[in-house]
Parts: sequence; structure tokens; C-alpha cells
Amino acid sequence: MTRLRAILAEGVALVIGDPQADRLVPPTGFTARLTTFAAGAMAFLAVFALALSLASGRLAARWSEELARSSTIRISAPAEERAAQTEAVLRILQATPGVAQARAIPAEEAAALLEPWFGPNLPLDTLPVPQLIEVVEESTGFDPQGLRLRLTAEVPGAVLDDHTRWRAPLVQAASRLRILGLLSILLIGATTAAMITLAAQAALAANAQVIAVLRLVGAQDGYIAQAFVRRFTLRALSGAGIGVAFGLVAVWLLPSAQEAGGFLTGLGYRGWHWVLPLVIPVLGAGVAFVATSAAARRVLRELT
Amino acid sequence: MVEKCKAACAAWLSLHVVCEEGKKGQTCGRRGQGGCVIELDRVAMSYGGGELFGDISLKVQPGSFHFLTGPSGAGKTTFLKLCYGALRPTAGQVRLFGQDVRGLGRDDVALMRRRIGVVHQDVQFLDHLSVADNVALPLTVSGRDSADQLANLDELLAWVGLRARADARPAELSGGERQRAALARAVIMQPEVVLADEPTGNIDWEMSQRLLQLLVELNRMGTTILVATHDLNLIRAAKSQVQTRVLRISNRRLQLAGADL
Repeated sequence: MTRLRAILAEGVALVIGDPQADRLVPPTGFTARLTTFAAGAMAFLAVFALALSLASGRLAARWSEELARSSTIRISAPAEERAAQTEAVLRILQATPGVAQARAIPAEEAAALLEPWFGPNLPLDTLPVPQLIEVVEESTGFDPQGLRLRLTAEVPGAVLDDHTRWRAPLVQAASRLRILGLLSILLIGATTAAMITLAAQAALAANAQVIAVLRLVGAQDGYIAQAFVRRFTLRALSGAGIGVAFGLVAVWLLPSAQEAGGFLTGLGYRGWHWVLPLVIPVLGAGVAFVATSAAARRVLRELT
Repeated sequence: MVEKCKAACAAWLSLHVVCEEGKKGQTCGRRGQGGCVIELDRVAMSYGGGELFGDISLKVQPGSFHFLTGPSGAGKTTFLKLCYGALRPTAGQVRLFGQDVRGLGRDDVALMRRRIGVVHQDVQFLDHLSVADNVALPLTVSGRDSADQLANLDELLAWVGLRARADARPAELSGGERQRAALARAVIMQPEVVLADEPTGNIDWEMSQRLLQLLVELNRMGTTILVATHDLNLIRAAKSQVQTRVLRISNRRLQLAGADL
């Protein structure tokens, strides 16, 4: 509790600052610009990485949910038996727990499904196209093994395809894409930390004489460090804020989600997700705070 | 001009004495055995395998005025650095206000330095701040830069003859002015000890006399003074005004000097 209070007090002191202490460190143009630019560029990239991660997550969830709730039964039978077998399958499905609805896909619809591959003038009646039955599950789902056994026994020409074979790799790909997005955010954070650490070390080394004077007059390490840490934290906060603003505008200008565009046009934020990027400057400032604190401790120890 | 300076000096002195009395119980309470402010016990210092000096023992009593002399390279600056905790001895013990510096962390040493004013030969200032801000630096870093504390700043600058230069940058000051600004910075916290390393090294004789006068005035107020210098004329001038003890580092040992000065 005491430690928490100390951290809170430190945070408040960091935000409020000490104008006198801030003046003690001379302005350093190069490191200031480097830190602000690095934080801005990284925040800009983080906006896209976050968008990628969120879009991948949405895609994985949609594929997982939508495909998991639908199955297809394929009936390969001679033309004269096809209608009877279709009827038999629909009867079985009506009696199967967990099946919300089932319908035989008409020939016109089957032709439309094949049209992208075979063209519009497909003579469906001359091809051995199987009859398809679309099965929509209830949220509880049905027992695919039990259904398969029953179909094998009663309608030997019917084959159940619950999409497991091709759904799994798609969902896995989307999930991995989401992980890649999150990993990118982590790498961006680590790179930001590395850049700010280097800039802070350069600033501290360049101000070795200032540090020597401050120590000579009785300044404690915490006081000296705070003057640098606050400066770098605020630079990172402002830089990341600018980067996020540009990133959000860029994402907003992306084409909106369309069925035809698929995944790429869905690479944006939806609903309350637009709020998430606003956390990036705060995280950037946090990264700068930790990185500069560590650098200041190390440099001050070496400058004894 | 002289009268003005004297008046300012008197104002600063009165302020200083009041403040000293106000905090006497606090500042004098942790001195070492025998009330010493600085104690060196069989101290040795080595650099790069070679011994700079060794087996040095010294007790600096409060209110005393010491000169430390010796040839260049004898270790006068190193000796002073030992006396304000900037260096640790390679052997022996250094006690500041009764505390062994070996047991002090960096922050403890920083706190200790608020009781010890230091003036270097190569005076270091923060060049982007004004003279007044530089002089007030010890108050700023110790969080005592309140209006009341800063009110004394003007008197202090007048005492060292720099009131008119308060807003100047350190780079605009002459050598003598820089030394006086450094002295003002060293005493603004009303320290118990002032250590000065060749304070007159870069200034003319007239300015040296003025600086010495300021040190003597401080000593008369009860501040312990330790000055490292190779300027024997300065030591002779001081001896005519105040009781001093002259130490010499010679042949890696600390000796009491004086008869030849």
C-alpha cells in the first residue's frame, strides 16, 4: 500500500512537474527531436498493427462462428434416386437434435455457386453435380458422428461435411495473424524503448557537467533523474499523440469494409475499437518513463 | 560604493547569524567525537597503483580556518575531494560530521554536501542559467527555494559584490566574479564547512584579497574553512587577520607548516 502510494505520488509529481527542476537541464534539440520523432513514427505504426490485430480477430471469430454453425450434406446418387434420398436425408435432419434448419439447395443456386469457375452457361443437367443440403445448427450444435452413422445406414449416397477440414486452417491462419499484430505492437514498444534509451543516454552523457554541478550542490540522484525522465516522458507522450492522430486519419481514409474486398477492406476500427488507439500515447509515455528511468539510474551510477 | 558594500555585508551577516542560531541544535548535533566536522584517520589514496599520499590523520574542529598547501600534484584537490565525499580513500577512514563515508550511499553524500560548501578552481556553473539562478542552485535542488529563502539571495549577491550581475550569464563574468559567485553558491545553504580549492588561482591579487576577506568574514561567523592553495602570500595575508592552521602535503605525508610562513 505504501509502495503504491509512493508510485502514485511519483506519477503525480511527474505530471505536475517542478518548473525549477525542469530548468536545470539545458534544452537539447537533437535528442528532443529524435525522441519525439521516434515516438511519433512508432505510434503511427502501432495504430496499423492494432488495426491488423483487431481485424484478424474479427475475421477469426466470424469464420469460426459462422462456419461452425453450418454444414453441408452431399448426395451422390443416380438421378432417379436423388429425390428420394434427398427426402430421406431431410427427414433424418428434422429428427436430429441440434439442427435448426435444413434445406435442399435448388439447381439454380448450385449453378450460381459454380458460375465463378465454369461460367454462366453451365449445362448443369449434363454434369453429375451432386445434390447439396445446407444444414444450419442450433447454438448447441449436433452430434456429427451420430449423424454420419445414421446417414451411412439409411442413405448410403449422402456424405456429411461439417467444414472442419478447411475451417480449422482458416481460423488458425486468422488467429496467427492476430498474434502477429500483437507481436508487432510488442516489437514497436521494444523498439521505442531502445530508441528512447539511446536518446536518454546521449542526453545524460552530454550533460555530464550539469550532473556534476548538481551533485556538487547536493542534488540527489532521484532529483537529477526526474528532470531527465519527465522531459523524455512528455516528449514521448506528445510524439506518440501526434503519431496516433496521423495513424487514425490514415486508417479512417482506408476503403470501408466490403464483401468483395474481403479482409483488406476490413482493416480498420469498428465501434468502440476507435478508442483503443488513444491508449497508445499513454503506453508510449509509460515505455519512455521506464526506459529513461533505467538509463538515468545506469548513467548516474557510472558517473560517480 | 565601499559603504554600500559594507551595508550589504552587514545585512547578510545578520541574516546568517540569525539563521545559524535558529538551526544550531539541528546542525551541530551529529558532529564526531570531540566535535570534529571532518576527521581523517590513517587515510591513504592511490591512483593507478601509485600512492598519492598515505597515513594521513587530521581532525578539523568547528570554526577553525585551515590552509592546505603543497606542490602541484601533491594531492591537494584529492584531499579536498575526500573531505566532501566525492572520493573514497583506498585505506583508512574519513568521517564527515561523525559519519564514516564508507557507510554512505550517493544520496547520503548528496545530503552531506548541503552542509559543506565547495568552491573549485575551475568553477562549474550551469551556463544556461543566470548568475542568480546558479547561486540559488543549492536551494533549488534541496527544495528550499521558497520566497523567504530566495529573499536572502539579493543580500548574498550584494555581499559578494555581484548584485548588478545577477541576471548575467556565467560566461559573461570575469574570473574574479566567477569565484565570488561560486563562493556565494557555496554559502547560500549556510553550511558548517566551506572547502575552497585554489580559489584565487585564476584571479589578480586585489581580487584574491577581496575573496579572502569574504572567507575570513565567514570564519568569524563560525563557519569552518579549509582552503587548498599554493599561494603563500594569500596564507600570510590570512594569518594577519585570523587564526589559521597551515598544513602541507609533502612526500606523501601531511605535515603541520607555519614557522616558515
